Amino acid sequence: MLVFLVKRIFNAAVVMLAVAAMAFLIFRFVGDPVEMMVNEQTTQAQRDQLREHLGLNDSVFVQFERFVVNAAHGDFGISYRNQRPVSELIAERFPATLELVLVATILSLLIGIPLGVVTAIHRGTWYSETLQFGSILGVSLPSFVVGIMLILTFSVTLGWAPAFGRGDVVHIGWWSTGFLTRSGRASLILPSLSLALFQITLVMRLVRAEMLETMRMDFIKFARARGVPARRVQFRHALRNCLMPVITMTGMQFGNLIAFALITETVFQWPGMGLLFMQAITFVDIPVMAAYLCIVSFIFVAINTLVDITYAVIDPRLRHQGH
Amino acid sequence: MFKARIVASALFAACLTAISASAETLRWGSNRDIVSLDPYSYGDSFTINVLNNVYEGLVRYNRDLKIEPALATSWQVMSDTVWRFKLREGVKFHNGDPFTADDVIASLTRVSDPASPLKGNLPAYKSAKKIDDHTVDIELNGAYPLLLNDLTNIHIFSKKWLVENHAEKPTDVGAGVEGYATTHANGTGPFMLESRQPDAKTVFVRNPNWWDKPQHDLDRIEFIPIASAATRVAALLSGEVDFIDDTPVQDLPRLEAAPNVKLLQRADIRTIMLGLNRRDTLVGGAKNPFNDLRVRQALQDSINLTLLRDRVMRGKSRIAGTMVAPEIPGYSAELDKPAPYDPEEAKKLLAEAGYPNGFEFSFVCANDRYVNEEQLCQAIASMWARIGLKPKLDVGPRSVQTPKFTNGKADVYTLGWATEPMLDSYSLLLQVLHTKTGNAGVFNWGGWSYPELDKMIDQAGVMLDREKRLDLQIKALKLAKDQVLMIPLHQQPMVWATTADVKEMPQFPDNKPRLWYVRK
Repeated sequence: MLVFLVKRIFNAAVVMLAVAAMAFLIFRFVGDPVEMMVNEQTTQAQRDQLREHLGLNDSVFVQFERFVVNAAHGDFGISYRNQRPVSELIAERFPATLELVLVATILSLLIGIPLGVVTAIHRGTWYSETLQFGSILGVSLPSFVVGIMLILTFSVTLGWAPAFGRGDVVHIGWWSTGFLTRSGRASLILPSLSLALFQITLVMRLVRAEMLETMRMDFIKFARARGVPARRVQFRHALRNCLMPVITMTGMQFGNLIAFALITETVFQWPGMGLLFMQAITFVDIPVMAAYLCIVSFIFVAINTLVDITYAVIDPRLRHQGH
Repeated sequence: MFKARIVASALFAACLTAISASAETLRWGSNRDIVSLDPYSYGDSFTINVLNNVYEGLVRYNRDLKIEPALATSWQVMSDTVWRFKLREGVKFHNGDPFTADDVIASLTRVSDPASPLKGNLPAYKSAKKIDDHTVDIELNGAYPLLLNDLTNIHIFSKKWLVENHAEKPTDVGAGVEGYATTHANGTGPFMLESRQPDAKTVFVRNPNWWDKPQHDLDRIEFIPIASAATRVAALLSGEVDFIDDTPVQDLPRLEAAPNVKLLQRADIRTIMLGLNRRDTLVGGAKNPFNDLRVRQALQDSINLTLLRDRVMRGKSRIAGTMVAPEIPGYSAELDKPAPYDPEEAKKLLAEAGYPNGFEFSFVCANDRYVNEEQLCQAIASMWARIGLKPKLDVGPRSVQTPKFTNGKADVYTLGWATEPMLDSYSLLLQVLHTKTGNAGVFNWGGWSYPELDKMIDQAGVMLDREKRLDLQIKALKLAKDQVLMIPLHQQPMVWATTADVKEMPQFPDNKPRLWYVRK
């Protein structure tokens, strides 16, 4: 087990290094941060001096090496645009993104699983066909369109939920939470719904397919034959057997949601990591971009590793194959 | 007893409503956040303007954009290079520190530090000397007529506060120096900082001890960045913000129809222009036809400015014949006559210059700088195609396009110039039209050089007599127009929108909300 863990951690480090290296190759094409930092009256000499001072004239390799060495010491540098340490900025934004993704994930399970069961059991009825058709829309609508439509309906027309922002937050140590205030909870509704929509349809379709499969199994037939009530068969026996792949997929998608929350965050002005990253792209804020990419790839790698470890614990064959 | 209690609680409730009704909060939904709470940390006019609510300069612009005393009450030009400022007495910073000459010197030293990204805003500054507690001499490195304009944007810090918090030096990203002033603020202005959450909300509250008589009636400002334009408009319509700047032109009909929204619109002072590559060869390597005046005129004559205004800008822009807006010193109505639209003449000029079949060149635009810039460039490219030219349109985000501009990798490019921050046509002449040398011509992306023009600009730069200086600048602008150095298109529209509750919101042509004039 220890060997397995060490190997995985080594793999994770290699993946993160590779992501950072690719990021630095790309940074050469994202623009010139100096032109974004200075104002109209700055002379050419001052611009050149600033570029040299920031180390932008060094080769990609030197810049990359400097980043890796500093990052290994836990120093991600200072944001060009925000003039504050990048680690501090990301720590400040991380709770907002995590809470949003958490709520979206819970929503997707709470809504997606019952819908999946209903459409599987009542296959062919008009409402499950409508739900099936609706789920195609959910998968294919881009999330910024969904976000704007939610805002127009629920903020402008109905006035039920705030159109933007995170409301009032409560600080607990370095963590900031919107769960504890009324405006904080109200602000969560639209963005989390918008982020969850894709996930809801995914969960629903997965549960539906698994349910259809399971309902054909012998043990369901035997349960029925024994006269177990239909509801009990469906929810207790069948659904339980469908949940393993749903949980796995939800875990894997968690990283995706964190990465793709940036569109939702932009539409709803949600002050999370995604908004920070969008701002960094606009202003060519290289330290923030590099750190963000590394952190997101770390989250992906960490989740993957966790899933692999779980499998290894469950299934001893994986351990003995020297995987 | 019971009745009395009801009456008492009703009275109490009435008092509460009365209090909350008189406490006016303005919620400003802005298209972007400020960079930092430190006005010297990043060369950004927008941030400086927002922070002007908290920090003040020695002088400031009044409602008519004329310079008036602020923290200095009077000034005197002692010699060509020394100006003496009398400072206002009895002014206190938000933390209670008294305002004195030491604060001015500490602030000027901080802004002119080699690491300061804002030192270009004070190009003539050499040193400052304390005469007494309320008198300061500023020494310049030469005669310079625009010192007051520059000083409007140099905010004054408290020296004691800077020293106590080890922030005497500006932040320095390269050397890893961060600063207390990035996350804290202490000025003398009409509003004080209450709290700040980056990208979410920054709150300012009224400064009860402000030295000036307030013309505003606000108790609180909530500055809320909302980057997505559609969300910003929605937030105004749902009444979650009271004021938005940067309203998208395409949303105007909807906002006009909304009952609780007031629109404020006018032409900006930012003039949108086209610049031309004037090096020996085009980016593609061919001989550069733009060095022939007839070709430049043909380019100008074939642009239908009226159509651009009516279609692309939805009738909201102001057609420009010269490179500065009417509000800017150095503007002359005589020069402000656009070249008539004449595609036949343009074709003839091209043929005379030896290009009857046109030629190919790159046309570089951004899509996130100016109002409807991408559509503007597409429209112009098709107008040029009509007289046989072959522009290759290249549109992308500002961060990607800017290096092409500055490295001379654009044959034709867009440039908008508002003469910020000095609000004088000298800014355009020096930064855009002058040959690229030393401090001058940083935005001369086409790389041209007209020694005669340079001479006039250099003379204006040391001319302390305002009338003579403006005469020189108008002459220089005429030469630039005759030579078609740049093709002016229009002053772009600026649209602000407020809810009906906002009673007074003066709209300034430099597109900067000055909230100390707002009544709600």
